[in-house]
Amino acid sequence: MGAPVNGRTVRKTGRALGKAGPFVLFGVVAALWAYSLPHAEFVFGRKTGENLASFLIEMASVLPPMFLLVGLFEIWVPRKVIERHTGLRSGFRAIPWMILLATLQAGPLYGAFPVAIGLWRKGCAPRNVFIYLGAFSALKIPMLTFEVAFLGWQFSLARTLISIPVFIALALAMERLLPGDFRPPALEGPDAGAD
Amino acid sequence: MRTLWIIAGIALLVSLAADRSKTRAAVLRGLKMFLGIIPMLLGVLAAVSLVLTAVTPAMLERILSGTGFLPFFSALTIGSIALIPGFIAYPLAALLRQNGASVPVLAAFITSLMMVGILTLPLEARYFGWRAALLRNVLAMCGAVLVAVGMSWVLR
Repeated sequence: MGAPVNGRTVRKTGRALGKAGPFVLFGVVAALWAYSLPHAEFVFGRKTGENLASFLIEMASVLPPMFLLVGLFEIWVPRKVIERHTGLRSGFRAIPWMILLATLQAGPLYGAFPVAIGLWRKGCAPRNVFIYLGAFSALKIPMLTFEVAFLGWQFSLARTLISIPVFIALALAMERLLPGDFRPPALEGPDAGAD
Repeated sequence: MRTLWIIAGIALLVSLAADRSKTRAAVLRGLKMFLGIIPMLLGVLAAVSLVLTAVTPAMLERILSGTGFLPFFSALTIGSIALIPGFIAYPLAALLRQNGASVPVLAAFITSLMMVGILTLPLEARYFGWRAALLRNVLAMCGAVLVAVGMSWVLR
C-alpha cells in the first residue's frame, strides 16, 4: 500500500512468517486429521493426527513439571553453588554431577534445553552444559531399561560405555569451537520467550 | 514420568512452605518459559508427526537391513532427522536386528536418533542460537559415527 519496501519491511515480514510457520504446520496436520475423520480410506491423515496426539501427550506429561523445577531452581539455587561445582574452574569433578542430573530425567531431548539454559545462567561452564545434554541424550535410565529389554544388556552396556567418553569429548570440542564470549540468546533479551 | 511430577510437586510444596512470594516468582518464571516455547514446539511436533507417518517401519526395514556402507549411512541420516520416541524406536530396532541389520547400523540409528535432532533444530536454536545448535548437531553426528564404529569393534 505504497509503503516502501526496505530492509526493515523484509525483516519484519520474515519474522512474521517465522512466527506463523509453526501454527501453519500445526494447522496442516490438524486439517489432515480432520479430513480423515469422514474419509476412513485416508490413513495418512489419521496416522499423522495420532502421532501428533501422542507427541502432545508426551509433551504435556514431561514439560510442566520440568519447567516448574527450572523455575524453582532459578529462584532458589544460589549461583555460587552451581559455579563452584560446575563452573569454569570446577575441572573434571563436575562431570559426575552433570551425568547424575541427566540420567535421572525422562523425556525427549527438547525437555533438557530449558534445564541446560538454567544451568548456564547460574554459571555452569559451557562444557558441562553440553556434557549434561550429551548424557541426557545417551544415558537416561528410563530409556536404558527399554534398551536392555529390546536389544540386550551387551548392546546397552557397550553403547553406554562407548558413549560416555564420546559425548565428553564432544562437549570439550563445543567449548573450544564456540567463541570465548559466546552467550546463548535465551540468556538475554526481554523478547527471548525462554527467559 | 510420574516420578518427575512427584519430585516437582514435593519441591513446590517445600518452596511454598519456605517462602510464598519466592514460590510465586518461580512458578511464574517456569510458566513464562513454558508458554514462550509452546508455539514453536507445536510446529516442530507437527513436522515430526508428518515425517513419522511418511516413513513407515516397513520402509525402514527395507532400507536398514543388511550390512555395508549404504544401510549405515541411511541409519545415520534417518536417525538424525527423525525424532522417534523410545517406546517405538527400541522395538523397531529389535525388529531390524531380527531382519539382519548389523550392530553398527543399529548403533548408528539409535545413537543419532537420541543425540541429533535436525527437525528440532529451530527449537534448539531458540535456546542456544543457530551457531551453537548447528555445531552441536554436526558434532553429535560425528559422535554417532564414533559410537557405531566402536560398537562394531566390541560386538560383532
